Amino acid sequence: MEKSQTILRKAKYLNPYIGGVLLGLVLLASNYISGRGLGASGAMKSVIVSGVQTIAPAHAESALFYKEYSETHPGNPMNSWLVYEMLGVLVGGFLSGILARRTKLKIEHSPKISSKRRLVFALIGGILFGFGSQLGRGCTSGSALSGMAILSLGGFISMMAIFGTAFALAYFFRKNWI
Amino acid sequence: MGPLIVNDIISNNTNLFLAFFIGIAFGFVLESSGFSSSRKLAGVFYGYDTVVLKVFFTGAITAMLGLIFFSLFGWIDLTYVYVNPTYLWSTIVGGVIMGAGFITGGFCPGTSFCAAAIGKIDGMVFIVGIFIGIFVFTEGYPLFESLYMAEFMGYLTINDFFGISSGLMALIVIFAAVAMFWGGEWAEKKFPRKEY
Repeated sequence: MEKSQTILRKAKYLNPYIGGVLLGLVLLASNYISGRGLGASGAMKSVIVSGVQTIAPAHAESALFYKEYSETHPGNPMNSWLVYEMLGVLVGGFLSGILARRTKLKIEHSPKISSKRRLVFALIGGILFGFGSQLGRGCTSGSALSGMAILSLGGFISMMAIFGTAFALAYFFRKNWI
Repeated sequence: MGPLIVNDIISNNTNLFLAFFIGIAFGFVLESSGFSSSRKLAGVFYGYDTVVLKVFFTGAITAMLGLIFFSLFGWIDLTYVYVNPTYLWSTIVGGVIMGAGFITGGFCPGTSFCAAAIGKIDGMVFIVGIFIGIFVFTEGYPLFESLYMAEFMGYLTINDFFGISSGLMALIVIFAAVAMFWGGEWAEKKFPRKEY
């Protein structure tokens, strides 16, 4: 009884092909308006750079990465296209969740693993993704998806490296997911 | 003619303002497609749910075709659209590390924001992890600089790399995507899961 009510309450997800076309149109609009693709990790880099500049200004002026960053990106790092876009992502995701009645504070995990294990792995995954996105000059959105749309060679290499590695490692992490 | 910002049709502030709305649309589409659920995202690697593959490649080919047609219609000057530079080794090594992060954490940066936006604590923890990972990179940058800069191939497109036209390349990508959609539909029947 409770289960059927849950199903009734939750709206179904969008058909993936329709979702894909809509995603493509958003990406097209981004290129048409701003001459650039979508992104995510770059906004978080802005937060880090801005944080370091505020908390340790002397370090930000001497350490190589921050020095090069302010030379190539003059002005406040938070006043960037990606930062505004990612704030929008939070709002858009929240709106969709509200409309579909999916907003709920919870830890989603396979019944075979504990919440703690899920969070530990989420943290490790985040650290790897954060590091990899900087080394690879962009994540799944900025490098792989947006790169492929403009037929960038780097975008295709990025996509193959990300998905290829995840497929290759899937067997070892199967307990976490299935 | 687009891009609007490069041709001074809109101001820089308008561009940043519109970025916020582009982000809203981006987040809305990702969440509506189920990208706020790590178990749905990870499904593609086990075959029980290939929504990632379908949405990702449909999105890529839609935008790719749109850009090619816009360019043919004279609506956009593609020479002003940003093409990511290709640094071979950092792209491969970075991608491999991101792939490992994907299968351990179940998100990528954009999707973790959608998950966090609807209250997924695992998404929020993933975001904390991303910040740590970026900080490790920026602080340790002198150690990684030579790999980061190695084998620069320019702002290269895949059609130029293979020496074919962008239209032919697009056709090949579409065929590849359709083959993957077929594979995805097959996998979902082969490895079904009722609920997750």
